Amino acid sequence: MVKGGVHRVTIACGVAMLLLLSQTACRQDMHDQPRYEPLEQNNFFSDARASRPVVPGTVARGKLRIDEHLYEGRQDGELVTTFPFPVTKEVMARGRERYDIFCSPCHDKTGSGGGMIVQRGFRPPPSFHLQRLKASPAGHFYDVITNGLGGMYDYKERIKPEDRWAIVAYIRALQLSQSLTVDELPADIRREFFAKVK
Amino acid sequence: MSQLFHPSTNVISKVTIFGAVLFIGGAAWVLLALERSSYVTQAKVVREQPVPFSHRHHVSDLGIDCRYCHTFVEESNFAGIPPTKTCMTCHSQIHTTAAMLEPVRESWRSGESLEWLRVHDLPDFVYFDHSIHVKKGVGCETCHGPVGEMALTWREYSLNMEWCIECHRAPEKFVRPREFVFQAGWHAPAGQAAIGDSLVAAYDINSSTNCSICHR
Repeated sequence: MVKGGVHRVTIACGVAMLLLLSQTACRQDMHDQPRYEPLEQNNFFSDARASRPVVPGTVARGKLRIDEHLYEGRQDGELVTTFPFPVTKEVMARGRERYDIFCSPCHDKTGSGGGMIVQRGFRPPPSFHLQRLKASPAGHFYDVITNGLGGMYDYKERIKPEDRWAIVAYIRALQLSQSLTVDELPADIRREFFAKVK
Repeated sequence: MSQLFHPSTNVISKVTIFGAVLFIGGAAWVLLALERSSYVTQAKVVREQPVPFSHRHHVSDLGIDCRYCHTFVEESNFAGIPPTKTCMTCHSQIHTTAAMLEPVRESWRSGESLEWLRVHDLPDFVYFDHSIHVKKGVGCETCHGPVGEMALTWREYSLNMEWCIECHRAPEKFVRPREFVFQAGWHAPAGQAAIGDSLVAAYDINSSTNCSICHR
């Protein structure tokens, strides 16, 4: 009688414990809270995008782009030949970095237009070292990055205006690099160059 | 009065006591092991995507920089999943008839989003910002593993809190110079010990383990 009672209690305890264990770690309410992460799905909208596309023509406060030179590469409708801000060594370094990320896949690292994507079948872009492009105004390159040209899509969502100008500055440096003699380099850079070559 | 308990109850009581200790210990171990297993963390498990995108092809074979597609990683908490336009920048001319890429072209024609699935999803009670990690010299690969070698993408690490804390406690074991953050396969040439401490000082890294750094 008593013996059977002990067994029953033991078994009941065991079963209760297993049931308790099975209740752990089942709810994810804290992991997935009722708010949206970037690009998450939200079926409230017909396109299911939680991150709402900006209504065309929207201007954020303080972000009105009235500087035609900086944002359009034009002045009175004409492509500019100058840069909207001084081209410093930092700007050039930034331009080189951005060029290598966004442009070199097609234009290659020297700007002659034989990048990896071109090698894989993309229509080759013209070399930056053509006389026509050496003579093109700086605004032309800015305009192409901003609006695209031929087979090249625009990069206005991917590269900020200041970075586009930095890239233009670096393209100018690339153009110079292919026709410059060592003697034409400034003395300190010439020393640096020889130190690296040796 | 006769014996209330049969002598065998001695054995039963011992077995029950030790059994209970073993059972509770074992259950705790199973739970902890489960919590760290790929079954729960999804570490090393390939995530099926609408298009079988290969990072290996785009990064290792073609040499495209991480930032070409993950554009905002340096200045935003979210690294950015590229829009269909980024794919079509090249694929409007390359592999234009590949069946594999039909969902991309369909998305481009219709304007509807490609439904990529998140490979790295932190719990909503964790605040995380990519930009600060990139600025302080945490390489992409330090958290994401060798993505450039993954034909299909998986999550390399558990993303458990103990994994985050491992680096927050000792960042000098993981940070690299900023210029190599995006470089695949980078290792400190003279060993991590040679540069770790000086980088932590140079970048002013205060990777606090204060709760509210991440749980804010």
